[in-house]
This record gives sequence, C-alpha cells and structure tokens, in this order.
Amino acid sequence: MSLDNSTGSSTIRLDEGHHVGDGGLPERFVNPGLPPHVHRMADESEKAAKRAERQVASLFMLSIIGTLIFLVSYFAFGVEHRTWVPGLGTVSTSNLLLGIGLGLGLLGIGLGAVHWAKTLMPDAEVVEERHPMRSSDADRHAFAQTMRGGGEQSQMFRRPLIKATLGGALGLFSVPLLLQLVGSLGPLPKNELSLTMWNGKPDGHGGYIPYGSALADRPRLVTDPEAMPIRASDVTIGSVFHIMPEGLLPNPVTGEDGLEHGVLEEKGKAAVLLMRLDPKDFKDTEGGRKALEWGYQGIVAYSKICTHVGCPVGLYERTTHHLLCPCHQSTFDVTDDCRVIFGPAKRPLPQLRIDVDDEGYLVATQPFREAVGPSFWERG
Amino acid sequence: MNARDDNGAGRPAERLRAGDDPVTAPASAGAKKLGGVAGWVDDRLGPAKGVNYLMKKVFPDHWSFMLGEIAMYSMIICLLTGVFLTFWFVPSAGHTVYEGSYVPLQGVGMSEAYASSLRISFDIKGGLLIRQMHHWAALMFTVALSAHMLRVFFTGAFRKPRELNWVIGCILSMLALVEGFAGYSLPDDLLSGTGLRAAEGFMQSAPVIGSYLAYALFDGPFPGEAIIPRLYGIHVLLLPALLVGLFTAHIVMVAVQKHTQYPGPGRTNNNVVGFPVMPVYAAKAGGFFFIVFGFLALLSATVQINAIWVYGPYDPSPVTAGSQPDWYMGFADGALRLLPGWLEFSAFGYTLSLNVAIGALLLIPVMYGLMAAYPFIEAWVTGDKREHHLLDRPRNHPTRTALGVAAMTFYGVLMFAAANDIMAIKLRMSINDITYFFRAATFVLPVIAFWATRRVCLSLQRADRNLVLHGRETGRIVRTADGQFFEAHEPLDEYTRWKLVQQEPLQPLELTTGVDAHGVQSPTARGDRLRARLSRFYFADVVQPVTPAELAAAHHDGHEHEAIEGAETPAITAGERH
Amino acid sequence: MNALAARRRHPAAILILLLLGLVLTGGAYAALAPKPANATEASADQVEWGRQLFLTNCATCHGKNGLGTPVGPNLAGVGAASVDFQMGTARMPLAEPGVQAPRGSEVTFSDEEIAAIAAWVASLAPGPAIPDAEQTDWSKGDPGVGGEIFRVNCAMCHNSAGAGGALTKGKYAPAVTDVEAKHIIEAMLTGPQSMPVFNDANISAESKRDVIAYLKTMQEEGNPGGMALGSLGPVPEGLVVWIFGLGILVGAAYWLGQKGA
Repeated sequence: MSLDNSTGSSTIRLDEGHHVGDGGLPERFVNPGLPPHVHRMADESEKAAKRAERQVASLFMLSIIGTLIFLVSYFAFGVEHRTWVPGLGTVSTSNLLLGIGLGLGLLGIGLGAVHWAKTLMPDAEVVEERHPMRSSDADRHAFAQTMRGGGEQSQMFRRPLIKATLGGALGLFSVPLLLQLVGSLGPLPKNELSLTMWNGKPDGHGGYIPYGSALADRPRLVTDPEAMPIRASDVTIGSVFHIMPEGLLPNPVTGEDGLEHGVLEEKGKAAVLLMRLDPKDFKDTEGGRKALEWGYQGIVAYSKICTHVGCPVGLYERTTHHLLCPCHQSTFDVTDDCRVIFGPAKRPLPQLRIDVDDEGYLVATQPFREAVGPSFWERG
Repeated sequence: MNARDDNGAGRPAERLRAGDDPVTAPASAGAKKLGGVAGWVDDRLGPAKGVNYLMKKVFPDHWSFMLGEIAMYSMIICLLTGVFLTFWFVPSAGHTVYEGSYVPLQGVGMSEAYASSLRISFDIKGGLLIRQMHHWAALMFTVALSAHMLRVFFTGAFRKPRELNWVIGCILSMLALVEGFAGYSLPDDLLSGTGLRAAEGFMQSAPVIGSYLAYALFDGPFPGEAIIPRLYGIHVLLLPALLVGLFTAHIVMVAVQKHTQYPGPGRTNNNVVGFPVMPVYAAKAGGFFFIVFGFLALLSATVQINAIWVYGPYDPSPVTAGSQPDWYMGFADGALRLLPGWLEFSAFGYTLSLNVAIGALLLIPVMYGLMAAYPFIEAWVTGDKREHHLLDRPRNHPTRTALGVAAMTFYGVLMFAAANDIMAIKLRMSINDITYFFRAATFVLPVIAFWATRRVCLSLQRADRNLVLHGRETGRIVRTADGQFFEAHEPLDEYTRWKLVQQEPLQPLELTTGVDAHGVQSPTARGDRLRARLSRFYFADVVQPVTPAELAAAHHDGHEHEAIEGAETPAITAGERH
Repeated sequence: MNALAARRRHPAAILILLLLGLVLTGGAYAALAPKPANATEASADQVEWGRQLFLTNCATCHGKNGLGTPVGPNLAGVGAASVDFQMGTARMPLAEPGVQAPRGSEVTFSDEEIAAIAAWVASLAPGPAIPDAEQTDWSKGDPGVGGEIFRVNCAMCHNSAGAGGALTKGKYAPAVTDVEAKHIIEAMLTGPQSMPVFNDANISAESKRDVIAYLKTMQEEGNPGGMALGSLGPVPEGLVVWIFGLGILVGAAYWLGQKGA
C-alpha cells in the first residue's frame, strides 16, 4: 500500500481520508445524462422486424389454441375422469386440461403483448419532469382563506353553544351503532366455559342439568365416534381411547339418539382421552398419586382440549407416556398428572375422575374440577 | 445487418411506427368509429385531456417495480375467481349429510359450507380449477406484496413524499393477512376449523375481556353456527371493499407522485425516465396481467392446493398432524410455538396468558405499527425534510439495510418455527431440539444478521469505490520493459461510473451543546442527544462516494498497489494511466 | 394377427410376458394362498423352525427365550401379529439402534420364515393373531365410517392424508399410505413402538376394516388437483409459492424489463 511520493506529485493522497473539491475539481461528479440510444435488431432490419412480428403472432396463436383446448376439454371430460400423469400422480383430467388450456390462453396473450412491446414498440426512453408535490404558496394561502372564511361565515366561532353541542353530537352519534354491534354480537359467557357435559345434560340454554350422584346415574365414558360404553377390562395397558360423555353421540347399536343441538359445542369441551398405564409407571409425586387415585387401576382420563389454545391433544406415546399437541407441541407427562414438560402450555390437562359402575363400565364420578381448554381471565 | 448502413430516417421500425401516430395518420374506419364513441363520451364528460395526460405518463422500467403489479394482479384474480366461487359456496354451518361424488366422505355428516366446498371441488366442472386458482392467487398476493414491501423498504422509497403511501401499504398488507385467514377458515374442513379453534383460544387470552370477546365473535360457545356466515361477510364484502378502496388510493398516489426510479445516467430527482403508458407500458403491464393469470392457471392445473377433502369435516375432537396456517400467518403461529409456558400468570383468581396473548394478539399490531412508523423514525433521525424520488441502492444505506435484514430474519425465524413439525419428519430431527434452536435463534440470529449485513454493505461500498478509482480488472497482464508485471485496469466509462458515485455523502448529525449562549439547557436537549446518537448509529462508518478529486489522485498515483507482487518501483506506461 | 406376430420378437415382448407372468402368479397366489398360520394352527415343526430362526436372528437383543434384554423388549404376549408387522415391514431385524425402528425398504425374510418365527413367539404367551383375509378385505368396509374413526383415532399422529407426522424427541408416526391392510390392522392390535394399542373393544374388527377402506379409497381417488406435495398441508404450498411462484414471475418481470435484442 505504500505510495511513493516521488511518482505522484499530486497534493491529494488516497490514504489521507475523504477529499472533496481540491485542485479546482468539482465537489461531486456530474450526471452525464442519458447514454446514447442503441437500436434493436428490429429497428435496423426489416427481416428482424418481420421475425418479431411472426413471433408475436405465434404467441397469440398459442393463446387461441389454449382456449380451444379449454373448450374441447370442458365438454370431453367429466369431473370424475382421472388420469395418471408422470410426476403429478392420479389427477383429475378435467382440472388438468382446463387449467392448461386456460393457462396457455392467457400466457399466449401476455407473452405476445410483452414481446411486441419489447421488439416493435418504441424503446427510446422518455423523460418526464417532476414538480414539487407542494402546492404554491398562493394556492395554500387561498385554501386557508376559504376554510377560515367558511368558518367565519357560518358564525361557528361566535356561537359557542352551537360549537359545543355539535361537538357533543358528533362525538356521540357513533355510540348507538357501536352499542348495537357490541351488544348484540353474542351472548355473555356466564360460567359456560367452566362447565361441560360431564357436569350434566345440556338444558338447551347453555346450562346443564346435573347427573345424580349414584354410580348408576353417572355418565358413562363412551368411544368417539361410535358411542360404545367401555368396560374397564377392555382397556388393556398401552391402550388409548377417545372418549365422549354418554348421550352426546348417537349409538347405532343401541339406537340411542345423540344431542339434537350443539353437538360440536359440547364435543369441543367434553372430549376426553383415556389411557391405561401400569400403575407402577406413575411418578411418586403429589400429582402422580392424585392421578392414580382419580383413575381406576391405572386407567386415567384427561381432557383432550389443550390448555394452550384448545387443539385436541391426541398424540399419546405409549412408551414414554407423553401426550403431544400437534398444533403447538405442548407436551404433557401422563405419569405426573399431565404436567407440562415442553411447549407453550402452562397448565396441566384437567383430569376426569372415573370409576366403574355395577356392570363394569367406566363412568365419570365427578365433572372436571376446573375449566377445560385455553386460559381466560376469570377462569381462576 | 446491412440495415445498419441506413441513414436513420428510413429505418423499417420507424416506418412501421409511422402508422401509430393518431394525429398525422389517416384514421381507418375502425379508428373513426372508436373516435366516435370516445367523442360521444368526451362530449358529455370531457375526459380527453385527463386521459391523454394519463396515457402519456412515464413509468420507469425495472423488474423490481413489477412486484407490486404481481400483487395487484393476484388480487384482481382473487376477486374474479372469488366471484365464481360465491355462486356455489354455501356459507352456512347448518348440518347436512354428504352425498356427492367423493367416495371416501359419502354418508358423512358435515356443515353445508364444507359440503358445498366439496361440491365445487368434485361436482362442478372446472370448480376445482377455480378454487385452486383462488387459493394460489391468494398466496401469490401475499408473497408478492411482501416482496414489494421489502423492495420499497430497502430502496428507501418510503421517504418523503411517500410516507403516507407506505402507511397505506402496511394497512393493506395487514388486511391481506386477515382476509386470507378468513378465506382459509370458510371451507370448514378439519384444518381450517382447527385454525378457528386456535383463534378462539387467542380471543380468550385477551386480558379481562377474553371470554366476552370470544363469545361475541362466535355468538356463543365455539364453534357455533355464526362464525362461518360472519367470516363470509367479512371475506367477500367488508375486507375486499377495504382492500380495493385502499389499493385504489395507493395507486392514485403513485400516479400523482410519479414513480420513483433507480439512480442512473440521466435520471435525477426531478425527472422520471421510462416509457409512456401508450403504447409501451399498456402492452407490458397489460401483458404482464395475462402472464400472472396464465401462470396461476397452469400452477392450479398441475399442483394441488389445500385438499379439503383429505382433512374431512370440522369436528373439535379430531385433529390432523401438521396443522399449520397458510404461510402468511406462519410467523404468528411460530411465535405461539416458541413462547414458553411460564408467561402465563395466575393471581387473585385471575389468569393472564401472555404465552398466548403476545404471539396471538400483540405481535401483528406491534409489528405493523413499527413498520408503519419507520419512515417517520428515519426522517427524524436523519433530519431530512427533502423530497426523494431517486431510490437508494441498499448498500449505500448500510444501517437501514441491516435493520431490514434483521427484521426479516426475526420474521423468518418465527415463520420457520411454525413448520417445526414438518422439519422434524423431513429432516429426521427432534422437534424439541428444533424448537430450542428457534427459541435461541429468535434473539441471536437477528443480531448476527444485522452485523453481517452492515459489514457486507460497507464492503460493497468499498468495492464500488475501488472500482471507480482503479477501474475494471481486465485480466490482461502487462510486462514492462524492465521485467515487471501488473494487471491492466480499464477505467469505467462515465455512465457506469455515475451509478457508483451518484449517492449523496451521508454524515451523522452533529450534537449541539444543548446549552444556549446564556447557559440555559435547551428543552430538547435530551431528544437531541438521542437523535445524535441514533444518527451516529446510522451513519458513523458509512463509506463516502468517490469525488472527482479522489479519482484524479488515483489516476495520478497510478496502479502500483494493484501491481503484481515483485514490482519494486512503480513503472507505468502512459497508456495504462488513462 | 400379422401385426401381433410381427411384434412377438420385439424386445418389449419379453418384458410384457414377464410382467404378465408375475401378475398371474401373484394373483393366483393371492387367491389360493393358505391362510396365514396363527398360534392355534401352528405345527410343532413350524414352531421349532421358528425357534431356530429366532435364535440366530433375534436372540441377541430379545434374549434366547424371547423374554427381552436391556436392548430388546420382552416378546411374550406380543403375539404373531406383532412379529408379522415388525418383520413384514422390515422394521425388524433392526438395522441400527435409534430413537425408533424405521420401516425397511426390503423384507429379508421369506413369508414362511416370518410365519415360523411368529408361530414360535405366539407360543410363548397368547397375543393378537395375524388378521385373516376376511378382516383385511376392505371392499366390505364403509369408507365414510372408517374416515370418521381414522380422523378421531389416527389422524392426529399419522396426518389426515396418512402422510405421517412428528412425535417428541425425534420419534415420528410413519406414513400409512402404501402399507398393506394386514400390517395396518396388526399395528392397531399390537401398538408397535410409540403407538398405543387399539384392541377390538376400542375399534372393532369391522371398524378396523372400515378404516382400511377409507385409506384405500382415498388413495384410489388420487390427488385430483395435481401434485400432492407430500400431502403435508400449507408448509409445502408456501414453499412452492415463494420459490416457484415468485421465482417464475420475477423471471418474467426481469425479461419484461430487459431491453429487446
């Protein structure tokens, strides 16, 4: 990098920082203006121009062919027709050909027009001057004058009563509209988010008619979606059952009807996952002991609705006894009362206390002790 | 090639164009008729002057200026295909039993919305194509508008006088997300219903009013029967009206303010160099609409999107592995996957779920708020009140570019985090490790990205300086009479050089003492200090463009430090100097 | 006739004949093959052969008596179904230890060998038997019902298209497309690896057949809209639109902005 001063007699040295405007040179470079225009082939040779014309015309022809493909395929193929296409698989013939036809029909026009513009339309750049966005002072002054004059003429400033009441009226007029919207969008939640169909039979108005306390009156756990009651002996170790409360789903075998209304709403709160673990697998923690006690011989039932944002937590790993939510990967440890061991959820899944009735079927002996699903402010 | 010898005037293309001139050319019968219709309209509305002005408006040509057009065209295609879909879609959560032609779902109970979406896909001829085009166009719309926003940001096109248009663009982008999510939710399949289920959980996480908000939106408990028709109204009426309205304002403002242009020879802050609408831009932009439309049609013919029939009808009990939102909501979903559970607090019988609220309720408004505020923040820091119509090359604004890349990185980390389960199976990795990595990356990668981008920008600026000072390497090795070797450099021509030296020299704002002549503390002293600090942060080590004096000096000093090793004394032939 | 004669010597003719032969033998085998052996029908010879095979191929991990070692689980009670699943899908013998045994690409044991080992393992303690042809004949199933069962019980891990999904710490639920009906039922009965057990009290044999019917009819429908992108949902769709969508349209825009030649 060392520069020998003897060779360069200039007063400017590059290693001495930034220099501006020394030695009679301008401070900055000057815009050299538009470079000279270079002609295209089609500008110079009639042959090239003709060729471009033919290319544009073929692209437009391609478009016409595409449209014809669409028209023919529309009538030639029914929606149920399938074709195996390499790379695509078994696809709907109609979708494929209609799409290709339409696509070519449009692409032909587009490519043709652009090619036309590029080869035959003028390609010398045009310069347009800009002007400052700001209006002239006179215009701005006139505008202010008009507005102020209008205000004066309306006597607004001289009549404070009008000004105050108009302000009030304008400030308030939107309130009725807002009230209508906010007030009528939906009902108040009351305590509905804290109750499920394990509390009682839905009364049709968001409430629940409690079940009796005798084991025979308690709701049975039935499979989802077939609504079959479950014998404890059928739940082998390593099994997982997807559960709904009895009475929610229709049972095709017994002919029992399910709920007439609000099936999805009840499912969204009452869904339960039933697993059987070896009782030895439960952790010897407060939670683990409670889980075992609320279960039946190692069979435990937990709400399937994630305590994060409510996705169904259905991924049960038989070997690790972990429950994973597929939406945001919250992971719950079933051996430790479904404590959260990973992911964004905070609270464990609520446990459903179960027992076996006289016929050997699993029943819920009490509803969930807390609100299931995502957290909300007043859930406690 | 012989045509080159022609003396200009008689060039064939010129002759071809001669007929295009409406003033001098004798009007054909068709043109006369058109003139008649136009005349009839002009007699009544007098648009000739205005339309003529518009037709002569000049637009600069650059591929990156077409990103916004891709977004615009995709939106128009969405509107068009969307109208088609409304003819068959039934926005109702009412129960029905499917009897259509898709065998695996026959006899299954579902909502009318889902059944009608299946009907569009399997029983309406061309319905599947329109549905797929609608969805691909929606994704293309969000992709193109994001790319367009990045282009505007990195080139500084948001500066005065275009701050307002940037804000409108931010609102448009945010509305596009909501519009997309509403559309994604309408078919009422298992995937979209799971999205709504999560959205209900988001509502519930709002402090104090959460459960009320959720009950208001869903008209009672989730899912209810109201959400589909409500989203339908929002998706086909409210949001499209807002989008089209704001978009029109966006475009009108572009026309009024005239398009920005990249710096180059002949381009100044006071002109626009490009092509007039008639005929060039009309053909190019109009043609491009058909290209976008045609491409989306081909894509929809060959690549399946959102196979709703595979997911089955929505039911709160089942769920599918790989439940993701569409890409544009990915960053919010990713944030929800990364936020740790300990951000939920309970006290006095109340629960505050920040683990949900931060990602679901705060992230989008905060992100868009910062984005919309950026032009004003930068203008305050730089103290620049002038109009800017010439774009910055991103390297010439290293700190802005680095901030942008850091923000992109942050966004990208969140977005990819939403695909952690897909990555786990496709890359055979542990989903837990991926999540831990992304948690750290949220904080670490943007910092690294900022630092690296700034270094790269500064290096590129220095490379530009070198190129201007020493010219282009020719790869030609010259041996001097006394046996020395050096590589000959060729000076840049003035047009190429201009691009590299045109930028304004940037200097940090000087800090005034903050104390006036009477020793009184200025009331704005604290703000000034902050401003000076930020200004140094922006411009402290920025590389200045080459000045003519520096170039002259470089020519004078010659090429010795470029010479090949072994050259002991500089010996340059005169020919190499100039 | 002449045309056929002329083409008889075409090189492709051999290929076609070969294919035809394979298809015919396969079809004949499928129609006439004996029912897979299960524990009750197994002969003593078969069990003994199975024990021999087990000792040479499996005992290192599962122990000489199949009662497990620290590196391999106890096989008493897993049943013939488990052996048929694990070996029939080439998960066993395990190529290398890992978080889970991946499905192998090639089954190295013959059907008879697998049946023999299955018979021996089934003789250790009663367990699920290999499903018979009646249970796997999915043409008798109801895909609509099967779909509902599949979505509730299987889709959360295996994905609603059966494309598979992630579990914790590197484990995963494999794809269930292109899996034989028999193996799907065996997996439900035995709960291989992380998978829970779905016995017949949980999902009845008939319902299991419905599930198969759902999966198979869904596969028959193909992917009407075009390339399925792995049936992995919005993630690959987003990648396509960013990479190909934006890439191609920016390419078009670049071409549009270039000066003509």
